[in-house]
Amino acid sequence: MAQDLGWKELPEGDTLKAGTAAQFHTGDWRSKKPVKDEKTCINCLFCYIYCPDSAVKVQDGKMIGIDYNYCKGCGICESVCPVKPVKAIKMVSER
Amino acid sequence: MVQVVAKTGNEAMAEAMRQINPDVVAAYPITPATEIVMIFSQFVADGLVNTQYVPVESEHSAMSATIAASAAGARAMTGTSSQGLALMYELLPIASALRLPIVMPEVNRALSGPINIHNDHSDTFAARDFGWIQIFSENSQEAYDNMLQAVRIAEHPKVKLPTMVTTDGFIISHCLEKIEVFEDDVVKNYVGKFPAYTNLLDLKNPVTLGALDLQNYYFEHRRQTAEAMKSAKEIILEVGKDFGKKFGREYGFFEEYKMDDAEMAIVCLGSIAGSAKSVVDEYREKGVKVGLMKIRVYRPFPAEEIASVLERMKAVAVVEKADGLAAKGGPLFDEIRSALYDKKKKPSVIDFIVGLGGREVTHKHLNEIFDELKDLAATGIVKELIQYKGVR
Repeated sequence: MAQDLGWKELPEGDTLKAGTAAQFHTGDWRSKKPVKDEKTCINCLFCYIYCPDSAVKVQDGKMIGIDYNYCKGCGICESVCPVKPVKAIKMVSER
Repeated sequence: MVQVVAKTGNEAMAEAMRQINPDVVAAYPITPATEIVMIFSQFVADGLVNTQYVPVESEHSAMSATIAASAAGARAMTGTSSQGLALMYELLPIASALRLPIVMPEVNRALSGPINIHNDHSDTFAARDFGWIQIFSENSQEAYDNMLQAVRIAEHPKVKLPTMVTTDGFIISHCLEKIEVFEDDVVKNYVGKFPAYTNLLDLKNPVTLGALDLQNYYFEHRRQTAEAMKSAKEIILEVGKDFGKKFGREYGFFEEYKMDDAEMAIVCLGSIAGSAKSVVDEYREKGVKVGLMKIRVYRPFPAEEIASVLERMKAVAVVEKADGLAAKGGPLFDEIRSALYDKKKKPSVIDFIVGLGGREVTHKHLNEIFDELKDLAATGIVKELIQYKGVR
C-alpha cells in the first residue's frame, strides 16, 4: 500500500484488497528465531501444520526452511518437533 | 394505501422491520431488549419474512453478527435497549468505521445502576460519539416513519453509516397508539434493494475489512467517518422532505412548534415533547410568546441549524432525560449552549434534568419550568443554571 495517504484519498471504511498482510513483515519484532537442523529433520511437517503464521516453507513434501519475514518466534515449531533425543528445530536468541 | 391500526411503539418498529424484510437479523430477544426483536422473531417463525434470524447469547454477539452480515453484503438489523445497548458499545464504533449501513431500533431506557428498566436517555446519549446517526421519535407514528427513512439514510452512497432510531421506553414502547402504516409493497419499493457496498462472499474480488490501523492511518479513517457524518446531514433532510412528498409527513432535524414569533423556547427530545406542547398551548393562551423545539436528529448534531433558530430567543430551557453527573449540565444542554456561543445575540440557556429512571415528568414540573423560563426571558437573570426537576 502506498504510504501516507490523506483522509480524502484513503479507501472508505478501511476496505482494502485482500492479502495486504503479506506486505507487512511481522517477523520484525522476534526475539528468538527457530533454526532447523538439516541432518536430523524427518520432514514430518508437524511444524508446518502448527505454525500460526504460515511461516514454515514446504516444497515437494519437504520442510525447506522458515520464512523469517513472517516468523514471530513463538516457538511452537520447536515444541511440536517430535525428533528425539534432540529436536530438529531449536530456538536461538536473535541477539 | 394507508391502513390505520393500533400499535405500541415496539409493535410499530417491529412492523417496520417486517416490511423492510432485512436479509439478516441477529438479536438477543429477551431482557434488556424490548419486545421489538421478539415480535420480529415471531414474524420469522410464521414465515412472514425472508430473514435469516440469528438468536445469539448476548447483545455483544448480536452487534458482532449484524456487523459481519452487513459486511458480507446483507441488509442487516438488530434491536436493543438500555444495558443491551451498553453491551454493544464495544462494537458500535466498528460498525461506523467499516461504514456499514445497519439500522437498529433502540428503546431509550436508563442505565444501571441502580437497576432500573424505565425510560431516560442515558443509554443512547452515551453512544453519541460512536459515529452512529441517532434519530429520536416522539410517538409510535414517528418511530415507524423514522425506521423507514433510516434505511434510506443509512444506505445512501454519500452516507453509508449505521443508524439507530429511538423511542422512549414504556412511554412509547409499550403504549398503544393509533398509527398509519403503509402497504407492504409501498414500503418494499420505498426502501428499495440493498446496495451491498462490501461483499465478503465475492471470491473474485476478495477484500480485507477491519485491518489493523495504527498511528499512520487510524487518524485519517476517523476523519473520514466525521466527514461522512457531516455529509449525512444533507441526506437526512433530503430523505425527510421526500418522505413528506410521498406520505404527507415531512421531517427535518427538529420540529419547531409555535416558534415563529416566540421569544423563549423549550428544547427537548422524545416523548416529553407531547406534554410540553400542551403546556406551550396553555401559556400561549395566557399571551406568553413561548415555543418548542423538538430535536429529532441528535447525531449528526445540527448545531448551526439549531443555533440559527434559537438565537432569536431571549431565553431557552433545555429539558433532558440524562445527566452528565457533574459535567456542565446534560449532554443536550452542553451542545446547544456551545452551538449558540458563536452567535452575536444569544439567549440565556438553562438546563433542566428530568425524568431519570422513568420518574414521571408531570404537568406541574413543566409549569414550573415554563414559569422559570418566563422569568429568565423577562429579567435575563439566571438563578440556577443546571437544575434537577422532580427529584426529592
